[in-house]
Amino acid sequence: MVRFILRRLLQVIPVFLGTTLLVYYMVFALPGDPIAALFGDRQPPQAVIDTLRSQYHLNEPFWVQYGLFLKNLFTFNLGNDFTGQPIAASLARVFPVTAMLAIEALAIQAVFGVAFGVFAGLRRGGWFDSTVLVASLVVIAVPTFVLGFVFQLVFGVQLGWAKPTVGANADWGSLLLPAVVLGLVSFAYVLRLTRTSVSENMNADYVRTATAKGLSRPRVVLAHILRNSLIPVVTYLGANLGGLMGGAIVTEGIFNVPGVGNKLYQAVLRSEGPTIVSIVSVLVLVFVVANLLVDLLYAWLDPRIRYDQ
Amino acid sequence: MRFTRTSKALGIVAIAALALTGCGAGGGSNDGASESAGDPNKVITAYSNEPQNPLLPANTGEVYGARAVELLFEGLRTYDPNGKPVNSLAESIESSDSQNWTIKVKQGTKFTNGEPITAKTFVDSWNFAANSKNLQQNGFFFESIEGYAEVSAVTTEKSADGKTTTTPAPTAETMTGLAATDDSTITVKLAQPEADWSLRLGYIAFAPLPSAALKDPKAFGENPIGNGPYKMEKEGAWVHDQSISLVKNADYSGPRAAKNGGVTFKFYTDPGPAYTDLQSDNLDVTDVLPSNALKTYVSDFPDRNATKAVATNSTLNIPGYNPNFQGEAGKLRRQALSYAINREEIAKVVFNGTRTPAKAFAPPVIDGFKEGLKGSEVLKFDAAKAKDLWAQAEKIQPYDNSKPLQIASNTDGGNKEWIDAVTNGFKNNLGIQAEIQPFAKFAEVLNLRKSQQLPGLTRSGWQGDYPSLYNFLGPVWATGAPSNYEKYSNPEFDKLLQEGLASKTPDEANAKFNQAQEVLFEDLPGLPLWDQARPIVWSNNVVKAETGWNGGIRYFDITAK
Repeated sequence: MVRFILRRLLQVIPVFLGTTLLVYYMVFALPGDPIAALFGDRQPPQAVIDTLRSQYHLNEPFWVQYGLFLKNLFTFNLGNDFTGQPIAASLARVFPVTAMLAIEALAIQAVFGVAFGVFAGLRRGGWFDSTVLVASLVVIAVPTFVLGFVFQLVFGVQLGWAKPTVGANADWGSLLLPAVVLGLVSFAYVLRLTRTSVSENMNADYVRTATAKGLSRPRVVLAHILRNSLIPVVTYLGANLGGLMGGAIVTEGIFNVPGVGNKLYQAVLRSEGPTIVSIVSVLVLVFVVANLLVDLLYAWLDPRIRYDQ
Repeated sequence: MRFTRTSKALGIVAIAALALTGCGAGGGSNDGASESAGDPNKVITAYSNEPQNPLLPANTGEVYGARAVELLFEGLRTYDPNGKPVNSLAESIESSDSQNWTIKVKQGTKFTNGEPITAKTFVDSWNFAANSKNLQQNGFFFESIEGYAEVSAVTTEKSADGKTTTTPAPTAETMTGLAATDDSTITVKLAQPEADWSLRLGYIAFAPLPSAALKDPKAFGENPIGNGPYKMEKEGAWVHDQSISLVKNADYSGPRAAKNGGVTFKFYTDPGPAYTDLQSDNLDVTDVLPSNALKTYVSDFPDRNATKAVATNSTLNIPGYNPNFQGEAGKLRRQALSYAINREEIAKVVFNGTRTPAKAFAPPVIDGFKEGLKGSEVLKFDAAKAKDLWAQAEKIQPYDNSKPLQIASNTDGGNKEWIDAVTNGFKNNLGIQAEIQPFAKFAEVLNLRKSQQLPGLTRSGWQGDYPSLYNFLGPVWATGAPSNYEKYSNPEFDKLLQEGLASKTPDEANAKFNQAQEVLFEDLPGLPLWDQARPIVWSNNVVKAETGWNGGIRYFDITAK
């Protein structure tokens, strides 16, 4: 077990170097001088531009820039972004917000997705199953940004149940609306995965055995059917967490959430290599840890799975 | 100062509308009675985004930092809604020869930390801003003062691979032309006479700074202490990427007294959510509308919108290094291009009437603007004339039509639509190939423009730094001027500008500047396209809002209901 975890953590190193190198290079290759672009048509004195350029090492060749970034990273000093703000501080501001959003979305899709999926799977072909199937198909077919704008307009502007945007001081309550939007599409997938899995396992031998030996219906469903049906669902949720953390750019944009997605979007627009790669680095770690947790969960869900051969 | 790059990204969606009418749809429905019914202690919220620099007046060049700095600091002068300068901390500003100026500073005003403001405060602040080693973006605003060259000096090194690096190397710490003779008197000697110099004193770069700012500008810029109508709510009132909270400065006694309890700037990375917030009264005022709302804002916010002409214009530059546009034939072709653009229709159809066709090289809101300058008839759409002039040019020297005539532009922020309309005009009326040369980012175009690598036309926009005709001509078209990227040069134009600057009165100066514009119309180094106006909308929580001459909202004038 420990060896398995260690091995997985060691795998992070090449993944980490590879992604940061790639992303850093892509930002480096963007045309145009990001410092000059900060100022627009009325350029400040050349000394200001040149000093800023050398401050951010923009005159150095790619390998030097990347090397300096790595050095900064390993000395836990990420440096400043082009507006002069420390990158570490802005990461510390945006990641908790997005983490809250992602956890809320993940909770919504896990709880409702699994619950609905179990009910639908147990009564396959019933009215509930059919309704849920059609509804989830609709949710999957509608792009997130459409859902976002519709929810914002209906619940935020017309009904006034929630504030249409999040803005400063994000908390669980204000993040609920974007979390629902963010979680809805994956909710549909979780529901469908659970439903298929549950209905397959219902006819399995061990379920018949459990029922035959007189276990109560809830016990059969929860301990036998559900537990064995969760493996594909957990895999999906784990992979999804990384996506929720980094891929919420559209949702965060619509709801003005001061999180990772918005920060990343701004950093890309300004060609701020260090900020972008710092964010990506954290996201890589989130991905890796989430997937590791998923792998460990497998063993709990299915005792036949062993890690150390 | 700021280029209106209409990049949605940075939120500088420069939107424009009906000029001349001053105030467009709506706006007029609120009478004086309802204004006085407002609550002077309520805090209002306003659209903004993360400032790109610490909040120091001389280092703030973009709109989001500027709107906070303008409320936090008060200079010698300020501008009324029409751009007329009004004395604020200055008691009088006098000069008999436009070169030697005497400024009397009002006594008894203080920064919010209690530090008194005297003539010396201004002298120190200006010397700080102009000094090249302090790296203040707006340092060049002091360029007219004698001794600026020394304090702003730089050295330029050329490395082995041909790259040049400029580093600050001031040879003096103070400008020789600037002195505080006593607590209430500033004397300024300019390097040469400048009739409109006092006009620029309302610009934020000329604001006074407390001594703490000069010691540690970066830390100061996080929690600035000023003397304006507002102050920071508390230490750390600027929450990065989220908001800046300002509250009324009770000790302020100037022309911009706050009619509300405070202003909270909420940051939005996109104008869309802000518009939604306004519709549900979660935000009180915005000056940046999402482009898809330009058609609907009047009906979405009946009686809660205003559109006012601002000092921003757009120009299509024709590089002199393109052989097709050189010599006598080139001149005829430049005129033909101008006649082939249907400004009226593009302003109406593409911009939904939020822009007005240009009438000169400066917008009408600027003092001294004159319509019908000699040569300005080229701004009218005339297909027949365009064809005729092009044919005449063909006789002198045939046009190289092997490559299409391109207009270089970044394609975000709704630039593609109007460029397509312009190139279609060229194609249909002149029979040449024309197309957009698209770039993903503004920075790319800017780099290529600077290094003169764009074969075709380029677009540019200019937002006035201070309300003066010269500000629309000198920095853009004078020989060697910083934003004259296409390197246009005409000694006659330069001479007229200098004569204008040396005039005794603003009227004389403006007459010279208008003559200088006639030279531009003769040469047509660029084609004026349109002037902008800015639509704003406000929520049900406030009585009304208004923009100033440069399009900035006058936040201090807003009353909460």
